[in-house]
Amino acid sequence: MTSTEVHPASEPARWVYLDRIRTRPGPSTNPDVFSPEAAAAAMETMKILVIGAGGLGCEILKNLALSGFKDIHVIDMDTIDISNLNRQFLFRQADVGKYKAEVAARFVEKRVKGIKITPHNCKIQDFDEDFYMQFQLVVCGLDSIEARRWINATLVNMVDEDVEDSYKPLIDGGTEGFKGQARVIIPTITSCIECQLDMHAPRAAVPLCTLASIPRQPEHCIEWAHLIAWDQEKPFPQLDKDDPEHITWLYQKALERAAEFNIPGVTYSLTQGVVKNIIPAIAATNSVIAAACCNEALKIASNCAPALGFPEANYMMYSGNDSIYTYTFKHEKKDDCPVCGQLARNMDVDPTWTLRELVDSFAARPEAQLKKPSVRAEGRTLYMQSPPSLEAQTRPNLDRTLVELGLEEGQEIAVTDPAFATVTFKFKLKFKQ
Amino acid sequence: MTEIVMSQTPPILHGPSEKERKYDRQLRLWAASGQAALESANILLVNSGAGTVGAETLKNLVLPGIGRFAIYDEAQVEEADLGVNFFLDDSCLGKSRSQSLRDLITELNPDVQGTWYPNEGVKTLESLLADSPVFTAIIYTHPIRLDQLSQLKAYGQQHKTPLVAVHSAGFYSYFQINLPGAFPIVDTHPDETATTDLRLLTPWPELVAFAEGLTKDIGGLDNFEHGHLPYVVILLHYLEQWKAAHDGKYPTTYKEKTEFRKVVQDAARTGNPEGGEENFDEAAAAVLKTLVPPSLPSGLKEVFEYEHSDPVEQRSGFWLIADAVKQFYEKHQCLPLPGKLPDMKAQSKVYIQLQGIYKAKARKDAAEILQMVQAAPGGERVDPAEVDLFCKNAAFVKLINATGGGGSSSSSKISRADRLKSAAALEFANDETAAFTLAPLSLLPIYLALQATAHAVDKPLNADGILAVVAEQAPGAEQNERVVQAAQEVARAAGGELHNVSALTGGMVAQELIKIVTKQYIPIDNTCVYDGIVARCQVLRL
Repeated sequence: MTSTEVHPASEPARWVYLDRIRTRPGPSTNPDVFSPEAAAAAMETMKILVIGAGGLGCEILKNLALSGFKDIHVIDMDTIDISNLNRQFLFRQADVGKYKAEVAARFVEKRVKGIKITPHNCKIQDFDEDFYMQFQLVVCGLDSIEARRWINATLVNMVDEDVEDSYKPLIDGGTEGFKGQARVIIPTITSCIECQLDMHAPRAAVPLCTLASIPRQPEHCIEWAHLIAWDQEKPFPQLDKDDPEHITWLYQKALERAAEFNIPGVTYSLTQGVVKNIIPAIAATNSVIAAACCNEALKIASNCAPALGFPEANYMMYSGNDSIYTYTFKHEKKDDCPVCGQLARNMDVDPTWTLRELVDSFAARPEAQLKKPSVRAEGRTLYMQSPPSLEAQTRPNLDRTLVELGLEEGQEIAVTDPAFATVTFKFKLKFKQ
Repeated sequence: MTEIVMSQTPPILHGPSEKERKYDRQLRLWAASGQAALESANILLVNSGAGTVGAETLKNLVLPGIGRFAIYDEAQVEEADLGVNFFLDDSCLGKSRSQSLRDLITELNPDVQGTWYPNEGVKTLESLLADSPVFTAIIYTHPIRLDQLSQLKAYGQQHKTPLVAVHSAGFYSYFQINLPGAFPIVDTHPDETATTDLRLLTPWPELVAFAEGLTKDIGGLDNFEHGHLPYVVILLHYLEQWKAAHDGKYPTTYKEKTEFRKVVQDAARTGNPEGGEENFDEAAAAVLKTLVPPSLPSGLKEVFEYEHSDPVEQRSGFWLIADAVKQFYEKHQCLPLPGKLPDMKAQSKVYIQLQGIYKAKARKDAAEILQMVQAAPGGERVDPAEVDLFCKNAAFVKLINATGGGGSSSSSKISRADRLKSAAALEFANDETAAFTLAPLSLLPIYLALQATAHAVDKPLNADGILAVVAEQAPGAEQNERVVQAAQEVARAAGGELHNVSALTGGMVAQELIKIVTKQYIPIDNTCVYDGIVARCQVLRL
């Protein structure tokens, strides 16, 4: 069964362990797609893109460099903060303030000979389709849902059925504490990030009236300071969540509020956590999830073993809180996915709502999560966020109810959001009884 | 109405220290107590084989600030190391692998001390073990020489040191934790949704009085007050009414509870401008989850029933508190109240008062338990904070390795070899029906195939060689088709590691060591097998 011959592409002594696996079939290798002679050589010229050079990104760069990828690009707009050092192992105290992508790329290039890593210290939105078209694979290690949705929509849009090279597999990882997930998306073929959006529902926001008049938890006091007191008192021109002075101001405000209502538990750390929406993160979990992603990258690039998404299971969930538990399954593609599906997605609404209530509800809906939605219905513009002239023109509609606007049960509306410029989210209205 | 005096010391108004900022993202997981435990730990890595999975494990322990580590590794750095191990570079070629790894890993965190062996002074593993301060835990990687393995096992037994065996080859890996005895964890960090314990079916006098005070004229309340009654109070009020109509009995069956839920739903006012009441929605939603009689969770039951064979262990703080909680449970037929009140729609003042009633009861229960602890021999040494923590977490306390340690239950007498045979029989039987039950296939074949090469130090085994060893350890398993395939896959790697698989395994091993060192969260019991082809893990007790 196992052929004994190894087919190295370069430096056989150095890559001996890797070549034993990627250039020799095992019992699970699919002989129709695997070529022992071509596997290593193909990876020498393959271009792979890493998005994010943070906790996952540092690990991903290391892992890809030691998986035989030679031409790696990395995008990250962030600079290094001291709180990164407990896990972002390519950075040192002296690097604080420098660009993550730059420092990470130089470090891995220096450590692993024969690798080229090109850093891009900017946003993913700064590049167009031509840029993304040059890569064969994209690996994401991001903490933002919005950035994931953007790259997902971009890669889905790039697919041209007649051009095989236009399908860019997207491998995505995410962690929180001892938990995480790794998933593989073959744009338009398998379930995409937008199909899976409701698995990452936003945390329910506390109603404003609770913050304003009946706080009960330390978090309510902090959100009050953040959302209400700051706007009233404007102690600094613009809130900078990374500025300790600003956080201290919010902390003190929250403390005063808590003392007034006898609420225990406001601390500096909690203030920072609530205001910045900090997600706990450790090196060990990043190591697990980044490696799970890069293991799939190696399998996809070499065909030396079946990868996630081809075509069965495409999602691995990992939890380390209580023992270790993984759940590897197939997330089904959704026909009503606004990005990769054809159908409009059902949306429960109350016909007596004003358009404003509908517009405001998009942010919290797990299936939408849109912060700046513009709404059209059958060619009519109901509300546009921009340009200002159109906004002013459509603003009066906000106070009219859905019925008054002539919307009907079962009608389709089209929603756009500047964060996802290429996507039109189609929803079919379902009136609540 | 109970007047609760809140004592709130104003916190000091300074920002976090440099260290708190650096470790902020992990302190949110294991707090200062976990960090202190980590910083006083001293870990030994006995590195052998291709050597990457050990280095990756250490990386994940050094970054969060483990106190000290030592690496014992007899290998010299070869060209093949540079293609798989990130903590070695070209300048290390031909040098001691342990020294090179030590150098490039300590670079990750200036707070951590690292040493390397063998060196001029300490030439063998035996002398290292004899001359070092006691290690908190030892990790060793396969394949390892048999004589070194027995030295480590003897050390583990003598010093009660947890041992972790790790094996990574090609797409497969496993690791196995050998704890020196029963390992109890109090601070298990259960999911927050699981921790609500409101005692609505066994309310105590202060809670009853509070609820009655707010609801005695429930019909006369104005809409604002009615719409801000805490759901706990709403449920207590309608439970009383229910009891009065049902011979003093609470709703117990599913049918009764749904009927009761309807009663609560119908009591909401709908003539108000909002057309309903959120607090009544919350109350109705809480019925099925919170109207449960007190019971003994299985984890704690195991603690209560545990029989000691080690008198030293029996006098530890944990077991003294566990005995007291057991006494408390037998006396009151319930556990000490954790005292945490979930958020619910309510006016600030009313909520804070209600919260105070729960906290006061929790303090009272904890004080009673502390008294019981202190009445026991040795109990005066127990830290009251430890008692508080136990009381808060009592329902989620967990005993790991209950049968592998000092316990006298019959299963601890079963030898590891027999346990492997029975696990094989069970796992393969499950696989027979997996097509119908849709259960994932067992990863035991991977363990068997890797384990067969655990001591193949000089020369990797081919598939036939692997199956021959499997046949000795689990007779018959060598015939299983999936075991044959696993043997072929292990032979494909010929002892080589894939970086990704070792990085992933090193991440899991580090998570487990952090759990063991901090005594927080729940470690595996006791073997975790990973299959990098199907991207899945399985935990087995072997």
